[in-house]
Amino acid sequence: MPPAALAVHLSIGQAYAWSVFKPPLESALGLSGTQSALPFQLGIVMLGLSAAFGGTLVERRGPRWAMTVALICFSSGFLLSALGAATEQYWLIVFGYGFVGGIGLGIGYISPVSTLIKWFPDRPGMATGIAIMGFGGGALIASPWSAQMLESFGTDNVGIAYAFLVHGLTYAVFMMLGVLLVRVPPSVRPKADAPAVTAGPQVSARSAVRTPQFWLLWIVLCMNVTAGIGILEKAAPMITDFFADSSAPVSATAAAGFVALLSAANMAGRIGWSTTSDLIGRKNIYRVYLGVGALMYALIWSLGDSSKPLFVLAALVILSFYGGGFATVPAYLKDLFGTYQVGAIHGRLLTAWSTAGVLGPLIVNWVADRQEEAGKHGPSLYGVSLVVMIGLLAVGFVANELVRPVHPRHHEPAADAPVPTSEEAADDRREQHESA
Amino acid sequence: MTGESSTSPPEPSRRALIAFSWVWVGLPLAYGLYELVRKATQLFTG
Repeated sequence: MPPAALAVHLSIGQAYAWSVFKPPLESALGLSGTQSALPFQLGIVMLGLSAAFGGTLVERRGPRWAMTVALICFSSGFLLSALGAATEQYWLIVFGYGFVGGIGLGIGYISPVSTLIKWFPDRPGMATGIAIMGFGGGALIASPWSAQMLESFGTDNVGIAYAFLVHGLTYAVFMMLGVLLVRVPPSVRPKADAPAVTAGPQVSARSAVRTPQFWLLWIVLCMNVTAGIGILEKAAPMITDFFADSSAPVSATAAAGFVALLSAANMAGRIGWSTTSDLIGRKNIYRVYLGVGALMYALIWSLGDSSKPLFVLAALVILSFYGGGFATVPAYLKDLFGTYQVGAIHGRLLTAWSTAGVLGPLIVNWVADRQEEAGKHGPSLYGVSLVVMIGLLAVGFVANELVRPVHPRHHEPAADAPVPTSEEAADDRREQHESA
Repeated sequence: MTGESSTSPPEPSRRALIAFSWVWVGLPLAYGLYELVRKATQLFTG
């Protein structure tokens, strides 16, 4: 099951490498920077929307159906974009990559989550950490791979079209492994020595969104992601500006290395911290993400340009918490709402990501522009941004403290025990046939 | 690999499939990590 989940998440994680296509598209089709960002932005919006609205369908139809839909949409998005680039119809690239591909992103993102939790009921943090780490890894693969492809095919519209075409076909083949391998666990009866798959409270997606716990977690995720984006969005100029007046200024090449290191921390945090949450508990790990995260921002603020190693270390810790926050939230949802419709509930919670994706860059860029206009330079250019990030994390910390177990009135009655999906039923029949 | 299926070792054909699927996802990831490390070292050398 983990390779199946990784095959999908490593593919759709390509979304974060869209920036590779921006400069060639701008020069080939005469676009502005804002215009060339449109396919990515629409893709992230569609990710949130399709995960939110398609989550229940994913629960009902099962992970194989969801991965098939994700494969078709994500690959078709590239193929439509190839057609758009070849015919110089930019709207087709926006529609293809952003709208159609974005649906693939959302359905693909949530497709393995609920199944992984059911396979590893006693280690849900580790299980979802593996898959969601893949989303971070997808950009690491796509970024150099797409750049090399554009170098080979050329950066005119025909070269871009070929690159899109190869992406679409390759990702279709790569994701096929997930479709073929994914399998829901047999519906086992609870054993005395193992946690039952359906143990604990079971809450439907419809009921979950009516609980304060869901909205508190929404705030937690939104604040954690916004704070992480605060560093991610301005990482390269931030480290350069911070140490511009120091005895050891940071070059553009070194700043690119810093950005790469942050990506590594983001990815490592997804698997590392999420697995740790299985040991110390979900509420405690979010106390660390939000509390220690705020302290790290305070450290950057107070140190100024006095220590480059400490600046880098604090930024790495913050980015590892950013990744950890993404990867741990499905397990937190499972603890609160059970496995019944955890995929659908996770889908609805991802609207917090879409919101943070807009909010984070907006705050950071707006504050940085105002500070620059005020004539500030060096570390003081980012002082206000850092204080804002500390404030956001404090809000998230309070929200996490307010999370309590879900009131029994929201639980599904025992008579409505979770019904297996069509795939679960088919797998059960196959198991019985094989053992007969 | 799982709580339910770990009671008996998998058959050789299944072991091969598991190994193949890990290589399938592991190779591209290793390529991505290699490129990342190459770029990250620029922080200390650049």
